Amino acid sequence: MADTTATDTKEHSPLIEKKDGVRRRDFLDVAALSAAGIGGLAVVYPLISQMAPSEDVLAASTTEVDVSAIEAGQAIKAVFRKQPLFVRRLTPTEIAEAQAVPVSSLRDPQTLDERTKEGHLDMLVTMGVCTHLGCVPLGAAEGENKGEFGGYFCPCHGSHYDTAARIRKGPAPTNLVVPDYEFTSDTVIQVG
Amino acid sequence: MSFPWARQYEPATGLTKWLDEKLPVPRLVYNAVGAGYPVPRNLNYFWNFGVLAGFFLMLQIVTGIVLAMHYAANAQVAFATTEHIMRDINWGWMMRYAHANGASFFFIVIYLHIFRGLYYSSYKAPREMIWLLGVVIFLLMMATAFMGYVLPWGQMSFWGAKVITGLFGAIPLVGEPIQVWLLGGFAPDNAALNRFFSLHFLLPFVTLGVVIMHIWALHIPGSSNPTGVEVKSESDTVPFHPYYTAKDGFGLGIALLAYFAVVFFLPNYLGHPDNYIEANPLSTPAHIVPEWYFWPFYAILRAFTTDFILPAKLWGVIAMFASILLWFFLPWLDKSPVRSGHYRPLFRKFFWFGLIPAMAVLFYCGGAPAEEPFVLLSQFATAYYFLHFLVILPIVSQIETPEPLPYSITEAVLHSDKKPVLGENTAPAV
Ligand code: HEM
Ligand code: FES
Repeated sequence: MADTTATDTKEHSPLIEKKDGVRRRDFLDVAALSAAGIGGLAVVYPLISQMAPSEDVLAASTTEVDVSAIEAGQAIKAVFRKQPLFVRRLTPTEIAEAQAVPVSSLRDPQTLDERTKEGHLDMLVTMGVCTHLGCVPLGAAEGENKGEFGGYFCPCHGSHYDTAARIRKGPAPTNLVVPDYEFTSDTVIQVG
Repeated sequence: MSFPWARQYEPATGLTKWLDEKLPVPRLVYNAVGAGYPVPRNLNYFWNFGVLAGFFLMLQIVTGIVLAMHYAANAQVAFATTEHIMRDINWGWMMRYAHANGASFFFIVIYLHIFRGLYYSSYKAPREMIWLLGVVIFLLMMATAFMGYVLPWGQMSFWGAKVITGLFGAIPLVGEPIQVWLLGGFAPDNAALNRFFSLHFLLPFVTLGVVIMHIWALHIPGSSNPTGVEVKSESDTVPFHPYYTAKDGFGLGIALLAYFAVVFFLPNYLGHPDNYIEANPLSTPAHIVPEWYFWPFYAILRAFTTDFILPAKLWGVIAMFASILLWFFLPWLDKSPVRSGHYRPLFRKFFWFGLIPAMAVLFYCGGAPAEEPFVLLSQFATAYYFLHFLVILPIVSQIETPEPLPYSITEAVLHSDKKPVLGENTAPAV
């Protein structure tokens, strides 16, 4: 830029305003391009943002689940944000199994306590979405394959989850996600 | 390219003279695919597939526009409108089978077209730009086909969309938000279906634009040929029309026979029965497989099973994209001055006994369940695939001694191949 300005000033000497400073035209160029650039960005933002989840999709993103009817050893499938949610009441043996595993040996180290709410060690609430590529793992419904570790088994590429829904074997990188939820009463949870 | 001996367009009638002054479309056609375009006289049938690909692109556009007249991109009714097309619309079943199988045949043709480019090294100078645009077209086709497959909103549509958008979730930190943004929700639903339809409608026309540039770039140096020796004189070429219009027409006839045999007699052979079950977000089909044309890349994706610095899943995603993106570098990875594999003994061995079997294994494993021995086989084949392009090809192309090249295309055609006749080929005549 600098050298073009230099030759320009020589060629168009009548236009010189300051000997080797900024010409009026340079200033106008930069100002016009900046205005157009900011305008362009202002247009791009809504174009990108319109693709994000809409208000109605976001509004449907809390779910209440009544957990009173779930017996120990049983699980139910609910729907949270259009995705399956597993709510499972663990048996004492399942709890013991989960607690017997040394946490440091896990791919995604977490204890059962960290994955459940205080005082509800037997209520395991997780997304029913395999953390590998998003299939619905088996093991929530009666008679389904629970995998080698007695929790959930994803048939798509063979991920095995244990009774705390932690990844133990197979390609999935992390444990089944525990969504944000709270007990609104002793028998009802609100997810989201 | 307009070689100096190319025939000149001369408008014969008053109307064509008038048109030639105002908007010379007949001249463009004459120079592009008519008697005014000299083409090497020795092209074999592998040179048919470009024209065939163009045909299938047009076929997809025509059948697709018809389908779009009856289809509704709404998760409540998409599956039902697809069935409505199949059962109630006059000839709807034919349009849909023609479109679904048209996509498959488009890919068959494109894979053979790419194979031709790889074996005869058509990607080399001066044709790099043609090749690069070709890779762009291939990427556009894959995106188009993926989004098209989602539209009928069957089980495979839904779970395919979920798994493929889930790939973006593998990207550290920004992956989740990107995935949610792409889908417009937390799982595929109306928002995703609608945008996929919109883009599925748009991308074929973008593809058409890139195809026009691809052909424009081709017409600058002109076609290569099975010897890889450049055109030297008029006797090396024949006019495109009538010679290659006839040859391409014949090839098209054969392709259409195969295509309609499938459309009418095996319309669901290449599809998947689960896609006749409506999408159900709460139940995954036992065995999710993409359409056959994605299998090699799906096998590469699944070949990574252990974490190494990055999570295995991310490696899979990187490798899958890299396996195609590395084609962009091919013109510079292959350093041999000789083009055609026909004159490259060592290259030929690695091509037939390395690359092709590796591709075949990947292809097979991509459609197989993710169990042993398929995982291990995919791992070997993936390793070879990358080794071939990144290590073997650059080395082989520098150390091998090519077989003697014919002096010219004419010599190759008129005399026995690989036997020097004029004695002028001590140096490769490229
Ligand atoms: C590059 C060219 C194209 C390719 C590779 C392609 C591929 C596909 C595929 C694989 C399907 C799913 C077929 C099935 O399972 O039934 C599909 C469906 C569909 N495509 Fe295309 N397509 C192309 C061009 C177009 C165009 C240009 C349009 C419209 C302007 C279109 C409109 C549709 C519609 C409405 C459907 C859904 C109906 C159905 O599933 O049969 N396509 N496409
Ligand atoms: S999606 Fe569950 S193992 Fe791949």
